[in-house]
Amino acid sequence: MRKLVIAISMLAFAGSAAFADPILDRQALMKERGKIVGGLSKVAKGEEPFDATAVLTQLQALQANAEKFDVDALFPKGSDTGDTTAGPKIWEDTAGFKAVEDKYLANVKAAVAGAPADVDALKAQVGAIGSDCGTCHQGYRIKKS
Amino acid sequence: MAWLKKLVGAALILGGVGAAGGWLLSAPVKLDTAALAQLGPGDAARGKRIFYAGGCTSCHAKPGSQGEARLQLVGGLQLKTPFGTFVPPNISQDPKDGIGAWSVEDLANAMLKGVSPSGEHFYPAFPYASYARMKPSDIADLYAFLKTLPAVAGKAPPNSLGFPFNIRRGIGLWKRLYLSDQPVVALADGAPDPVVAGRYLVEGPGHCGECHTPRDLAGGTKKSEWLAGAVAAEGSGVVPNITSGEGGIGSWSASDIANYLETGFTPDFDSVGGAMVDVQRNMAELTSEDRAAIAAYLKAVPPHPNGYPARKPAAN
Repeated sequence: MRKLVIAISMLAFAGSAAFADPILDRQALMKERGKIVGGLSKVAKGEEPFDATAVLTQLQALQANAEKFDVDALFPKGSDTGDTTAGPKIWEDTAGFKAVEDKYLANVKAAVAGAPADVDALKAQVGAIGSDCGTCHQGYRIKKS
Repeated sequence: MAWLKKLVGAALILGGVGAAGGWLLSAPVKLDTAALAQLGPGDAARGKRIFYAGGCTSCHAKPGSQGEARLQLVGGLQLKTPFGTFVPPNISQDPKDGIGAWSVEDLANAMLKGVSPSGEHFYPAFPYASYARMKPSDIADLYAFLKTLPAVAGKAPPNSLGFPFNIRRGIGLWKRLYLSDQPVVALADGAPDPVVAGRYLVEGPGHCGECHTPRDLAGGTKKSEWLAGAVAAEGSGVVPNITSGEGGIGSWSASDIANYLETGFTPDFDSVGGAMVDVQRNMAELTSEDRAAIAAYLKAVPPHPNGYPARKPAAN
């Protein structure tokens, strides 16, 4: 009996682990996004040398990251509580949230298509992307600690 | 939000005292002639810097404005606080709906004393408790710059406040407690120039302490926890600790702070968020010297642990 209980609870544990946690998933995506933008920003500021090929690779990684940002899958109803800084406006105004995300994706795609040839070009693109970060975090994120 | 309840209680008591015998004490006080004499002629180019340092457009532009529209100061934002809803008014150059008919003295009395041209108190949601530390000559420069901005017709709706906060006269007592033109952080003689310049920008026009400092029972900023972070007046979040104390930004270098104000990126490449987004856009309009001064001051202020309670564990 005891073994059975343990077996069931282990199964239950495995089952819940198999369903990915949307909060952790979206946080992982945002962390990756921040890391890529951080690398690009260092180049834009002149702290690291400009290498057109390396920059383009990073921008492509940023686009891949942005394309993985599926709002419906990552922000299901009920994922507004727990260890999250997602603001209630995400669910109150999902269309607006998606529009900001789409604008961000469009700017990232434009940066990839533009393939910046020098630091100034990159700087302008990082500036536009950074402004999108702020626009979304202005209304759709609530800092709690 | 317990402090807010206490605050409401304290304000009720203050209101009662005001009604009973505080009529004289609560009278609006305008600037004296000596202060008005320091206004000077005013310069619009210099005033543009003060306009962005002061963050006027964050509250007075139509909500959600971008680019040039941020210079149309028509008002109408709704600041939903536990006191009620404050609505920043039209401060465009429209003579009827805005402040186009104001004199420079009117603007100085509003910003340095929180008194309207008709002699009424403004609510301190208009952060004159910080602006009071500004130099009169900067107000004259700001006035000259505001004159270059468009007139936009249209009155913003009035504030919607419950009793006793709807009694303007009571603010006179509040001012006796909290309105001062003196700096918050005392600096030693010979403090570096950027620190002194940064103190002026942060404590005066920048009014950073209005959101980043917790408030006491009567709604004044707690100078003993200056810039330690606070529960946000609006919504359910917190405003970060920007001292070097625990939970604050001690790990940020001065250039990290200046870069954040310019680009909106934190040292670990998170981005600016919440109400700070508009503030950062204003700070990006300043010179790198001004941003470096703000950073130098923030590195020099006394460190405090977080001025807001630790986050409760998630209720699952």
